[in-house]
Amino acid sequence: MDRNHLKRQVDFMKRSFLDQGYLDEQFIQLEELQDDDNPNFVEEIVTLFFNDSARLLQNIEQALVSGPIDFPSLDNYMHQFKGSSSSIGAKRVKNECTRFKEYCTAGNAEGCLRTFVQVKQEHAILKTKLETYFQLAKQAGPSGTSGGQIR
Amino acid sequence: MTCSAGAGVFLKLSRLFVKIRRWVLVRMSLNCKLSGLNGRLPNCSKLKKAKEPLHGPNSVRKWRRELLFFFCLLVSVVLGSIGFLLSFNHGTLWGKEKAPNSCEEKAQILLQHFNLSKNQLHALTSLLSESDQMTSLQCTKELGSKVQLSDGITCALSVTCSEMQQLHKQHRWVADNDEPRDQCPVQDETISRKPSLSMLDDSPVPFISQSRVYSISANNQICEKNILQSGALVDCVKEHCESFCTIIKDQFNVSMNHVHALAILVSPFTMGNILLPLISDVNSVFSMITENICAYTERTAFERPLTSGVAYALKVPHSERELFEKQHGWTIKKMETEDQTLVQDCIPEKLDPAPIHDEYAPVIFSQETVSHIVSIDMMSGKEDRENILRARATGKGVLTSPFKLLKSNHLGVVLTFAVYNTDLPLDAMPEQRIEATVGYLGASYDVPSLVEKLLHQLACKQMIVVNVYDTTNASAPINMYGDEVTDTGLLQTSNLDFGDHNGSMRCIAAINRIAKVEEACRIMTKLKVRAEAADVAKTQFLATVSHEIRTPMNGVLGMLQMLMDTDLDPNQLDYAQTAHASGKDLIALINEVLDQAKIESGRLELEAVPFDLRAVLDNVLSLLSGKSNKKGIELAVYVSNQVPEVVIGDPGRFRQIITNLVGNSIKFTNDKGHIFISVHLADEVRGTPVIMDQVLGQGLSLAHDMSDGTYKTLSGIPVVDRWKSWKSFKKLGSTISMEESDMIKLLVTVEDTGVGIPLEAQNRIFTPFMQADSSTSRTYGGTGIGLSISERLVHLMGGEIGFVSEPGTGSTFSFTGVFRKGETSSLDSKWQQCDPSVSEFQGLRALVIDKSNIRAEVTRYHLQRLGITADIAFSLKLARSYLSSACKTSLSTNLSMVLIDKDVWDKETCLSFHQFLKDHRQNSSTEISINLPKIFLLTTSISPRERFEIKSAGFADNVLIKPLRLGVLIACLQDAFASGKKGQVSRKKPSTLGILLRQKRILVVDDNVVNRRVAEGALSKYGAIVTCVESGKAALAMLKPPHSFDACFMDLQMPEMDGFEATRQIRCMESKVNKEIVSGDASIEMFGNKAHWHTPILAMTADVIQATNEECMKCGMDDYVSKPFEEEQLYSAVAHFFESG
Repeated sequence: MDRNHLKRQVDFMKRSFLDQGYLDEQFIQLEELQDDDNPNFVEEIVTLFFNDSARLLQNIEQALVSGPIDFPSLDNYMHQFKGSSSSIGAKRVKNECTRFKEYCTAGNAEGCLRTFVQVKQEHAILKTKLETYFQLAKQAGPSGTSGGQIR
Repeated sequence: MTCSAGAGVFLKLSRLFVKIRRWVLVRMSLNCKLSGLNGRLPNCSKLKKAKEPLHGPNSVRKWRRELLFFFCLLVSVVLGSIGFLLSFNHGTLWGKEKAPNSCEEKAQILLQHFNLSKNQLHALTSLLSESDQMTSLQCTKELGSKVQLSDGITCALSVTCSEMQQLHKQHRWVADNDEPRDQCPVQDETISRKPSLSMLDDSPVPFISQSRVYSISANNQICEKNILQSGALVDCVKEHCESFCTIIKDQFNVSMNHVHALAILVSPFTMGNILLPLISDVNSVFSMITENICAYTERTAFERPLTSGVAYALKVPHSERELFEKQHGWTIKKMETEDQTLVQDCIPEKLDPAPIHDEYAPVIFSQETVSHIVSIDMMSGKEDRENILRARATGKGVLTSPFKLLKSNHLGVVLTFAVYNTDLPLDAMPEQRIEATVGYLGASYDVPSLVEKLLHQLACKQMIVVNVYDTTNASAPINMYGDEVTDTGLLQTSNLDFGDHNGSMRCIAAINRIAKVEEACRIMTKLKVRAEAADVAKTQFLATVSHEIRTPMNGVLGMLQMLMDTDLDPNQLDYAQTAHASGKDLIALINEVLDQAKIESGRLELEAVPFDLRAVLDNVLSLLSGKSNKKGIELAVYVSNQVPEVVIGDPGRFRQIITNLVGNSIKFTNDKGHIFISVHLADEVRGTPVIMDQVLGQGLSLAHDMSDGTYKTLSGIPVVDRWKSWKSFKKLGSTISMEESDMIKLLVTVEDTGVGIPLEAQNRIFTPFMQADSSTSRTYGGTGIGLSISERLVHLMGGEIGFVSEPGTGSTFSFTGVFRKGETSSLDSKWQQCDPSVSEFQGLRALVIDKSNIRAEVTRYHLQRLGITADIAFSLKLARSYLSSACKTSLSTNLSMVLIDKDVWDKETCLSFHQFLKDHRQNSSTEISINLPKIFLLTTSISPRERFEIKSAGFADNVLIKPLRLGVLIACLQDAFASGKKGQVSRKKPSTLGILLRQKRILVVDDNVVNRRVAEGALSKYGAIVTCVESGKAALAMLKPPHSFDACFMDLQMPEMDGFEATRQIRCMESKVNKEIVSGDASIEMFGNKAHWHTPILAMTADVIQATNEECMKCGMDDYVSKPFEEEQLYSAVAHFFESG
């Protein structure tokens, strides 16, 4: 009973993430990749993402504040960050990254700085949200994303 | 597009027409004017003679001058117009540019004339200022500029400068002519030189410009529309109007002359007033005179072309009334009302005798046409009385203002001449004239009927709308002829001058028609724009909707996919698979709808890929089985064994055509019957009936083969003769076109037992959006686009489509299509790969029991696809005998299945058959009793309860739900044969991608740790053994031959060495090794026994842009997959490398 309730809550939360555009279908696909052999696949990936992105964000921040901005390398960092964001389906973060890259291409430092704040913000929000989500998912027990595995 | 083209053509035509008309007019006017030149002199001299007695000797000199002047004018006008017209005909534009010049030239000519005849002009001015006739001296110029001088006799065609400006504003391309001064230098000059003329100039102008004001405002709209046309039209209308006016004027003058002549002729008789009492037989003499005059006027009517009749009224003082009435034997009557503007009938007998007046003017002689006014006192009508008084006082012919003529009630004017008993001097006092008056000759001008007649003669009534106005009172012109046209087109006004009455003629070229067409064209253009916009909107709508459908459909498909992963029994699995396939097909269909646009624009290109035709047909059946089962229609497919397993063509389009046809059939077939798809080689049609495929031959034997009350069709319900459906094909089975031996032509028929197509609708069913009738879409839905798409697709496939249909029986559609024969190995049938167990059926024997031969053939066809040979028995009884006879042979030993159609099945017989089988087997062979043949029941529908009963009672091992198709058959057979290990067969069937990737070693190269992990996860899900590296360099090291990787997934954008560069280097490395191997510098053993190294490298890219794609191929990559991975795409990319391996 309780578990079912929790499960519903997890599903609801996930759906709200999707509806609000925090996540996209890629996240669902990731969940589909998760199975008995790989029960914590999604969480693993997401953790990987946040660890990796922390490093990348730091790199970007440094590139932004230290002296003249090197747009190509900034773009490179952001490309990586964007790549991983899109891999986990972090839609909003990805969108901000795209905007950042546009400013980069245009050589607009001010725009870059402004968007970077947004990127960090979205990143932080997503992190909190996903942490809560995984916590809840763990309480709900093994993920019910694919019915086949339950039996 | 067609619309505008049509409009263009119309414009061209109309312009051409106008040009032609202009030519005609030029010729006409030239002729007319020249003849006028020749003809007018005698005419004028006649006039002169005629007028002489009237004006007396004094007038002669003036008349001569007038004539001379007139002649000069005439010459100049004719010259001018010839010059103008010639220049105009050289080309409109050029002509227009030249216009001011010619204007000036003419002005010069005119000036010369003025100079030459200065004296005469002085005389003229004095004359003209005396008379109340008008002179308008105007420089008329616009597109066809003309300088004209007009006096009271010529018809003035004038365009005021204000109008010129208006027109020039509309035609900015002649903007340099905008200065009125430039246009009419002569006007100013003339005025400055001859101040006396400027006064003359003023008098007509207000009237003309006034009449223009409204015409201009009406013109503007149309002129703006017809920038190109108006120039030509203005000319055309102008010339028309001018020629009308000239003719009318000429005729008016001729008539007037003749009336005048009549007045002279009649005067001797009027002396009778005095003489008559002396003659004894007054009445007989009088009637003789009357008769003579009557006859004379009648015969000379043609001389007065504009008049409807003439009459002579006698001046009778009251003192002589009694005598007069006595002589004539009637009383003088008065008109009904004095106000002649009112309508009145005129029947003399009913009229009252005239009241007592000082004098009377009773009509005594009249032309036959107006004989009704005889005896009526003309003085009793206001208009006539005034006219009479004026005429006798002035001695001139005077005109009334327009009023309704007696009896005819047409609007007309009356011309009155006074007849005097003496020759009066020209300067005679009015009193003298009144004294000398003996009678009055009146002629009525019935304007409408005369103009009508005239226009008929000119035969251009259709072209031009003519209005004639009396504009004596300029502020309130009276419409004499023609309907009041409110929003006119190109309006041209010409002045008509009838003595002391001004007329004006407005000609409106068929403008109202042109305007109508133009308006229609404009509307159509508007509609076209709107339609185009709607088309764009439609496309956008389709794009949006299809996108919107795709999104939820993905959800549906995903859920179905999950459902299929769960433990399902074969039927459930089939349902789920069908639902899944149908969903996929739905998405495909949406794309196809989008493709319709492509088809329409001819941009659709067919694919040429190898495909399993039978699988495609199974697919169609799966998609449509839900619908057909719901309706209780039997659906079946049969492919002749002549048709190769794999053909090369466009499977999507092939399926689209069949889906369309079958979809239609289902739509129009109700409750009973069948839909049967069959595929043959077109060449088979020409085979002899003996060797012909049984199914194909069905139509041939159909008519005379109805043994047991049912027809030998799939379901036993009669169908139309399918052979007729391809009767009209031109190229059916002609091997000539199949020069290349690997080309085959397929003949596909779709037969149904539906309602059929009404005969009258049969010729339009391939028209897009046309359904059999309007009620069709109400009853059956649909857009009616399907058949038209199918037709086009068939044509694209080099085939033909036809049908035969009989209302009440059904329809059969046939189409052909050219395909290339494919190598069976070029496409390994997927089912063989994904299901190795399929081969376990190879070589088995089956018995099909079905009373329908065709259906049995269909079942056999499907069994044969699995390598199962089948025998057919038409009833259980026959089956039994078959089995008994076969029991001795080895045949029965490996009979592993019996398929019974529900049509021949019932519990009792089946039970007994089952028993028979058991007994039979036990009797015949003791050792293999364990291997009882499985019994399958074939049916289109079955309730779960029934199914349970059948299965539990052991009547049948399984139930096969039709339509039969390979997937269902396999699932069902597997289920039955592997009942012992049930669950294993169907459960967790590895997906196709799993088959492909299982145990494959794959290297993933990506610098992004997250992406790397995701790719790894995705690939290992499908059973691949994944190794990850994070740079191009590392990949290089890993892929140095020899290595054990089967494929490499490479990220493109990486620091240090990107994917392109890494691939390039890998390819370089590989080719070096390959060369070494070929040259023998290195042994194969050194490189893992592989003679040729080429590791498939697939780019992983987030944005799949064409440019990137091309670049991938350029640097030696084999394909690309988009990030994040999509199963379908991954499959198609990977299948390329692994399927054959």
